[in-house]
Amino acid sequence: MAIEKENFSRRDFIKNSSMFAGGVVFASLINPYKFVFATKQPKGKGKWYGIGIDIEKCIGCGSCARACKIENNVPDDPFFFRNWVEQYTITNDERILVSSPNGGIDGFKQPVPEEDIYKTFFVPKMCNHCAKSPCTQVCPVGASFESPEGLALVDQSYCIGCGYCVQACPYGCRYIDPVKGVVDKCTLCYHRLEKGLDPACMMACPTGARIYGDLNDKNSAVSLFLKEHNCAVLKPQLNTESKLFYNDLSQEVH
Amino acid sequence: MDKIQSLYEALTKVDGFIYPNELALNWDMLIVMYPYITGLVAGAFILASLNRVFDIKALRPTYELSLLTALSFMLVATMPLITHLGQPLRFYEMLITPHLTSAMAIFGFVYLWYLMVVLLLEIWFDYRYDMVIWSREKKGFMKFFYKALTLWVSDTSPESRKTDEKIGYFITVVGIPSAFLLHGYVGFIFGSIKANPWWSTVMMPVIFLFSAMVSGIALVMFIYMVVSYLRKQKIDMNALDTIAKYLFYILIIDFTLESLDQIHRIYEADESFDILKILVRGKLFFTFFIMQIGVGVVIPLATLGFLQFKKPRVRIRKLIYWIISICVLVGIFYMRWNVVIGGQLFSKSFYGFTSYKVNLIGGSDVTLSLLWFIVPFFILAFLLWLLPPWKKAPPIEIPEE
Repeated sequence: MAIEKENFSRRDFIKNSSMFAGGVVFASLINPYKFVFATKQPKGKGKWYGIGIDIEKCIGCGSCARACKIENNVPDDPFFFRNWVEQYTITNDERILVSSPNGGIDGFKQPVPEEDIYKTFFVPKMCNHCAKSPCTQVCPVGASFESPEGLALVDQSYCIGCGYCVQACPYGCRYIDPVKGVVDKCTLCYHRLEKGLDPACMMACPTGARIYGDLNDKNSAVSLFLKEHNCAVLKPQLNTESKLFYNDLSQEVH
Repeated sequence: MDKIQSLYEALTKVDGFIYPNELALNWDMLIVMYPYITGLVAGAFILASLNRVFDIKALRPTYELSLLTALSFMLVATMPLITHLGQPLRFYEMLITPHLTSAMAIFGFVYLWYLMVVLLLEIWFDYRYDMVIWSREKKGFMKFFYKALTLWVSDTSPESRKTDEKIGYFITVVGIPSAFLLHGYVGFIFGSIKANPWWSTVMMPVIFLFSAMVSGIALVMFIYMVVSYLRKQKIDMNALDTIAKYLFYILIIDFTLESLDQIHRIYEADESFDILKILVRGKLFFTFFIMQIGVGVVIPLATLGFLQFKKPRVRIRKLIYWIISICVLVGIFYMRWNVVIGGQLFSKSFYGFTSYKVNLIGGSDVTLSLLWFIVPFFILAFLLWLLPPWKKAPPIEIPEE
């Protein structure tokens, strides 16, 4: 009767381990460029949110920033915002003055006398929900991620609070919540979108300067907005594929 | 992160316009400490490998000291990072679920590779024979402790020592690219942030690497002199002169690279240049021109350059080396400072600045940073007591084959 070899030798162990290790290395070689951009626009037919802001229509009332703070429990401190408004003033002697006192929540005062002003306008800011978002790319644990709808979100129960994403965001849209010790940012009110409600800032805007919608649907409000206006994004040179589009964006705005 | 009490206090920190969320610096002094300590590790290891791999015999007296210095600092290298996290207890997430597109996620693995595979193994093979001998000489707990350290290997035959020597050499050869990887990688964490023009340069990993070597060599030089003084032993001036020579050469390379980076920045003068110019001339004037370049580069380069031509008496030379090593260590600290803190002082809107004030009393980041800088010296003292390089058996001669 032949004896079946059943014992497991050290040689076998090394063989199996190296096959496994080799497999892992090979799998990582198959898709070597995956790490270049954290996210890619999905090919599916689902929703793909974009935002439009009409600078011509913004009156600087700060309702959007106020609504956002209340809706999302953003810390009351005057320096944490998911959403804020900036006032740009360009004087006749070509100085560029920018201010955003308390994010515009308490309204604005124009310190420059009217005869010295060349032009002045308001620029509401919020997360750009970039398609190639540098913030989700750098998160070391994957707590910052891109939702299938194209929104950059944070899993706060998972975030370690390293702050790398805060450094990576070119638009200053992220902050570390001083109480929770984790990062916080605009979600386009994901919790409201899920229930079919509009984001708080969109609801609060009295002039309809803020628009959002599905970029895949060519008849959505934001798609029509892009069709009818010449829009631009902030810092296009960084190739973040920002999905926050401004109509009438002045080149002074960074 | 420092807490700001009121809007009024907040506004006193700001010049011009910054994005509201940029007011409080996100990365404080602890993150300055992180590349600083990691750099000291990489530099000290490279000095050790100059002796081992490149066979520079004059550096033999500092070989073990360099390795033990590297290990002591390596053991705390991650602590500044972990204590800085908003959720320090979640740090392990980075190891069990690393997000592979992040430059930071791999640091844990690079760190473990370097600590476990390179440093610990090399020191183990270097000390194995001696630990066996010591375990025989000592009594009681120490006997057991050394035995445990040898992992109950008790072979003292010349063949086993030759094997130790060969494996140790191999590990050092692997260790050099690993040390480059470790610190080049830390540079990449900053250099790959395209949002920040002060950081985003392809030169960053290379600059970090050479500044790491400079600081590590200066640290070993400093520790070697202090340890010799405490042990009332004569300093091997040949070793010290050789260390100083390498410090001089690498400092030249480091300064050249940093200058190249700045010259390129100035000549290209892209959109971020105007704000960076104001930053360097204003808020960074003291830390950049005086501390980083003046104390950290110009004084050491001039002095060490002078010493290459004319050698004063030993007493004076020792004093010079001692002061220079401190100057370099201070200079490289400010280099890290200018990168980490400097990169957050200007707004990404390019329209203004925030500020960072070091609270010497009561600032938790400063206290912790000091702690993480001082702890390695205690670890080193313990390691030198446990594994005294001066009590090692003379190395075995390997006949040329």
